[in-house]
Amino acid sequence: GVLERSREQLLRQTCEAVVLGVLHPRTAISLVLQVLSDAGSLLSCCLNAACMALLDAGLPLATLFCGVTCALQPDGTILLDPTAQQEQEARATLTFAIASSERKVLMATTKGSCSVEEMQQCLAAAQRAASTIFQFYRDSVRRRYSKS
Amino acid sequence: MAAERGTAAEALVGQVVLPGDLLLLPAHYDEDAEGERLRLSAGAAPQGRLLCGPGLRRSGAGLLVTTCGLLRHRPGGGGAYWVDSQQKRYVPVKGDHVIGIVTAKAGDVFRLDVGGSEPASLSYLAFEGATKRNRPNVQVGDLIYGQFVVANKDMEPEMVCIDSSGKSSGMGIIGQDGFLFKVSLGLIRKLLAPKCEIIQELSQLYPFELVIGMNGRIWVKAKTVQQTLIIVNILEACEYMTAEQRKQALAKLSGN
Repeated sequence: GVLERSREQLLRQTCEAVVLGVLHPRTAISLVLQVLSDAGSLLSCCLNAACMALLDAGLPLATLFCGVTCALQPDGTILLDPTAQQEQEARATLTFAIASSERKVLMATTKGSCSVEEMQQCLAAAQRAASTIFQFYRDSVRRRYSKS
Repeated sequence: MAAERGTAAEALVGQVVLPGDLLLLPAHYDEDAEGERLRLSAGAAPQGRLLCGPGLRRSGAGLLVTTCGLLRHRPGGGGAYWVDSQQKRYVPVKGDHVIGIVTAKAGDVFRLDVGGSEPASLSYLAFEGATKRNRPNVQVGDLIYGQFVVANKDMEPEMVCIDSSGKSSGMGIIGQDGFLFKVSLGLIRKLLAPKCEIIQELSQLYPFELVIGMNGRIWVKAKTVQQTLIIVNILEACEYMTAEQRKQALAKLSGN
């Protein structure tokens, strides 16, 4: 459907910005994501899974990236990583793809309406949360290479 | 957070690095600290040119890591840094010895599947003792052990089965029977290291012939089919077994 298409486009644009395609000319890189269970924050889950898959495959990447979803409650509080229930009740849901080099923003998408200041606040919160995710990537890779 | 500004390359040797990490080289490391400075210890700066191996790219101040893995360093001759990563996909590199499967014969050239993104080409004259009259007997589906003479990202890879002096030195068509299977590139590098324990232990079990291709393919042939399959299973399992478990498995087999 249209929603899946839009998610595919967002994922594709993020990956294209990060993968060093220069090293693989005339080559198609296909990324297949299968949703096993969806409990909310699906797009950022897909982004994180895509990054780990690209890491595992050994494709050359310029930087790591992660996805963080923020939900803006009607009273103005920011919830990170909302469940499906919280996303329904929220005034706006924002998803950001954040790169590991200087926490730059690779992709931003919003559902619902929010003011510019609120978006900036969500972005700042997402950038802080991204550090936790990057630490998780590092720990996973360390565990994998410690076995050999 | 420290990795954003860049950490000294020597500090991370032997540790896991991730894409996006910036490594600073010794010469630039000094420049970052203070502006112009008279370097009293001339031995600090490395002589010769630094080699930037797979998984690293030069970027302004230092080296940018592009794949995840362990950072390795070789101090000889100017020094070399590279990232040791485990992957299963092979990218053709010039000089690599690989096992290819013949998929088509197009006039004077054979097309081989080497596991890369493009099939490699092999001329019929690239065998020892081959002339226009004396063609090698290669059929579709044969296995060929050869090396890359052209392999870059812009051109189709080309292979030959002779070395620079015209001798075959072990390359050519791989004989009948035997068993071909695929493993990860990390295991291949482990097996090809000098004095590999796995090969030494296996050779005490049964006599066998072994061809190892850098593209992740291994061909094994032993006296009977059963022995061949046992060796194949052990080599495939070696990826996940520790040295202890391997010794136990081999002891059980040689006991039987």
